[in-house]
Amino acid sequence: MTAIPDAFEIVGPTPAQQLRKRMFGHQGFLIGAVILVVLVAIALLAPVLAPHDPYAQSLGDRMLRPVFMGGTWDHPLGTDHLGRDYLSRLIYGARVSLLIGAVAAVISGVIGTALGVAAGYFGGRVDTVVTFLINVRLAMPVVLVALAVVAILGGSLSVVIGVLGLLLWDRFAVVMRASTLQIRGREFVAAARAVGCSTPRILLSEIMPNIVNNLIVVVTLEMAHAILLEAALSFLGVGVQPPTPSWGLMVSEGKNMMLFEPWLVLIPGAVLFVLVLAINLMGDGLRDVTAPENRN
Amino acid sequence: MSDHPVLELRDVSKVYTIKQGLFGKPKPLRALNDVSLKLARGEVLGLVGESGCGKSTLAKILLGLEQPTTGQVLVDGQALSGQDRIALSRRIQPIFQDPYSSLNPRKSIEDIVTLPLRVHGIGDHASRDRDLRRMLDIVGLPARVARSYPSQMSGGQRQRVAIARALIMKPEIVICDEPTSALDVSVQSQILNLLADLREELGLTYLFISHNLAVVEHLATRVAVMYLGRIVEEADVATLFENARHPYSTALLQSVLTPDPGMGVPDTQLGAAYPNPISPPSGCAFHPRCGRVMPHCATIAPRPVPTSDGHVECHLYDAEPAHAV
Amino acid sequence: MTDDPLLSVRGLTLDIPTGGGMLHAVRGIDFDLNRGETLCIVGESGSGKSLTSLALMGLLGPKIQRRATRMSFDGTDLQTASRRRLRQLRGDRMSMIFQEPMTSLNPAYTIGDQLAETLRLHRRVSKAEARARAVELLEKVGITAAESRLSQYPHQLSGGLRQRVMIAMALMCEPELIIADEPTTALDVTIQAQILRLLVDLQREMNMAMILITHDLGVVARVADKVAVMYAGELVETGPAAAIFGNPTHPYTRGLLNCIPIPGRNERGARLGTIPGIVPSLVGEVRGCPFRGRCDQRIGPCDEAAPLRHLPGGHDFRCVHPDGHRHEELTA
Repeated sequence: MTAIPDAFEIVGPTPAQQLRKRMFGHQGFLIGAVILVVLVAIALLAPVLAPHDPYAQSLGDRMLRPVFMGGTWDHPLGTDHLGRDYLSRLIYGARVSLLIGAVAAVISGVIGTALGVAAGYFGGRVDTVVTFLINVRLAMPVVLVALAVVAILGGSLSVVIGVLGLLLWDRFAVVMRASTLQIRGREFVAAARAVGCSTPRILLSEIMPNIVNNLIVVVTLEMAHAILLEAALSFLGVGVQPPTPSWGLMVSEGKNMMLFEPWLVLIPGAVLFVLVLAINLMGDGLRDVTAPENRN
Repeated sequence: MSDHPVLELRDVSKVYTIKQGLFGKPKPLRALNDVSLKLARGEVLGLVGESGCGKSTLAKILLGLEQPTTGQVLVDGQALSGQDRIALSRRIQPIFQDPYSSLNPRKSIEDIVTLPLRVHGIGDHASRDRDLRRMLDIVGLPARVARSYPSQMSGGQRQRVAIARALIMKPEIVICDEPTSALDVSVQSQILNLLADLREELGLTYLFISHNLAVVEHLATRVAVMYLGRIVEEADVATLFENARHPYSTALLQSVLTPDPGMGVPDTQLGAAYPNPISPPSGCAFHPRCGRVMPHCATIAPRPVPTSDGHVECHLYDAEPAHAV
Repeated sequence: MTDDPLLSVRGLTLDIPTGGGMLHAVRGIDFDLNRGETLCIVGESGSGKSLTSLALMGLLGPKIQRRATRMSFDGTDLQTASRRRLRQLRGDRMSMIFQEPMTSLNPAYTIGDQLAETLRLHRRVSKAEARARAVELLEKVGITAAESRLSQYPHQLSGGLRQRVMIAMALMCEPELIIADEPTTALDVTIQAQILRLLVDLQREMNMAMILITHDLGVVARVADKVAVMYAGELVETGPAAAIFGNPTHPYTRGLLNCIPIPGRNERGARLGTIPGIVPSLVGEVRGCPFRGRCDQRIGPCDEAAPLRHLPGGHDFRCVHPDGHRHEELTA
């Protein structure tokens, strides 16, 4: 061919390689991810890891103290007011927290992303309607609405998940709308339209890959949000109902004895803190790791 | 070869409605005002004008990204309706200005270049791969870039990828929208040479939109000068650059800075700023900036006056302007 | 007036630490600028021309390391001067115009406030005096109805008007040196010609020195007294504009001039000259002539260094070839 080539050195790594390199260089992200992986593994392996049945009551062994406060290794973290093994309940409680966090975040993610991307891409009336919906949603106090709905429908795992899933989509919609607006004006979208791509194809294949990193960041933040809300609802007695082991419920059950046996509250409180911290660390890390690429 | 122009615009207008403020009355913005154009096969039509003159709107209409408010677009003599975007995309393809924005950063070069084939369901995996290699070779890129990503390439390489994507469907017409203005000087000349070679080898017709008149002069065979949504002069490239008729064309040509030291910066005599397209001047839209303005320019809109090789819209060349009322 | 140049730079070097090693962005450049003179620094992206201008203004980011054997402005050593002294110089005796006026004007303040602020920062004048001066300058840069523009915000103006406001702002204190970094690149050709004319006229009227940074050889030829061609962090050729365009000697300068189509000069549709290859990486040790990887005159010694050669009339270039051309006896 007659064309004179300019140099063919391919400079730098692929975007995926670059992402990997940045992830492994980000301390916060690594710490968060490791803790989260460990907690997920514990939740999945709960039947194997738990030393006792979390529901088995033993009224003779009530309120045993944990090992580090003079207890025995038979119940490393002691027992609660019904004599149930605290460690086992804690391990099974991880399942409840993670399940609620993940499913609620996915439900809100689907709703929020659909609304946000549609508003950002189509603009005009669609945007007006979605923006109105977001404002309506933001005007509703989450805890009060959740309390009211759960009070009417009765507290159960699925009701809590459903309520949170339907209430936490606002941030997804806001972020996805802004990201889509940013990408929509780029020339490769016009190029795809000029090639004859259908609108769904443009949305899924051209726009989504460019905004999915923002989506993941919001997923982590909303997961942490949902886990905390579940704990709060359970603490107030309208969330997950006893005897299901939930960390919020455990804090609630321990609060009567808090002044005498503070570990009853401190242990589930601490793991809740560690879980939410890990998720937030990972989310912040993801934002750091993916943001510089968005800028150039 | 058919008698039809390969591409024709007949009285194409595009009106946008601009909302002003929350309670402002929406106002019409005439981005294109009865534009008629013909492109013969193998021709390079240079489209020049300042930003806001309607160049980009015209390109969008030709690419099927916008629908004209009134008027017709004809390809090979056949009128296109709004539903023919898919058919249109096989025959007309774009090359955009900014190769940093026109390639999806999340897709490999292979995905980017073969997208048109996949969208139109042309060929199987093996034939698409052959087409990809052939195109990369034609635009002067080695086959191994197929697995790379845009972020790994230089501006010139990216623009070659964009050209490969535009040409893989063997279109007849390529809309080049400022294809070199984002590139360095030394890379610009490589891309211009490539575009000239491709036109010859593949028999392409270009609509070449640019604000760089030196580049237009070099590549184009015909030139259309746009001002405020109208084509005010159309002529062969030699005529326009040696003997421009419309005062606006003259001013544009004067503003070209050739590398001649000691000549100073020319005075284009374009006193006033480019008008706001929402409230265009009365009569001839160019009259507030025109150095040869006459009394009736402010009241009577000029009509197209045919010339030996095109047309010009200016009262200076209209013997009986009163008829234009 | 003294015979000393207004601005004198020797051995300016800029290093940027990166993850992969030290990036030697600018390596030992020298130039002088007299009062009332225009120097054009021309180069492509990555040549270090914008960094050089920021270094002169003392506006580099904290990570960039600056060294020079001399960098003086009218007798003041810019390297040892205190921050306070530099702040006094900037905006008062030396000022800068950027490519994109929208990013350098503050969107939250009116044009009038921003113009007056510049003056009141450096001069003891009342608000009314500052506003009067702002009106005067807006009129000078060709803005009609200047009085009413004072209360407008930057987003209400067109690109050409914004660039005029930027120029007015740079001129508020009647600087002796003005540095313009691609001031017309974002503008239409007709507006570009107007803005350049304005700059040149004002410069003559106020006897300012100007450094104009651009990639556009047409702009350079029409505006410059002196030209410095920059490639990959080095000045490869410097000299009076007439010499650079009349007798371009460095292979890069010649290559650049061959790349651009010139109406009426080169044959319509003929092939344009090209410079194959890309700018070399400046990370790590940089040796030899930076252009040799793209040069069609390359010989063995290019890997070592490119000596500075002098032609009559202050026309200098860096090349192993005494006249910029390879001759067979040298390669044999």
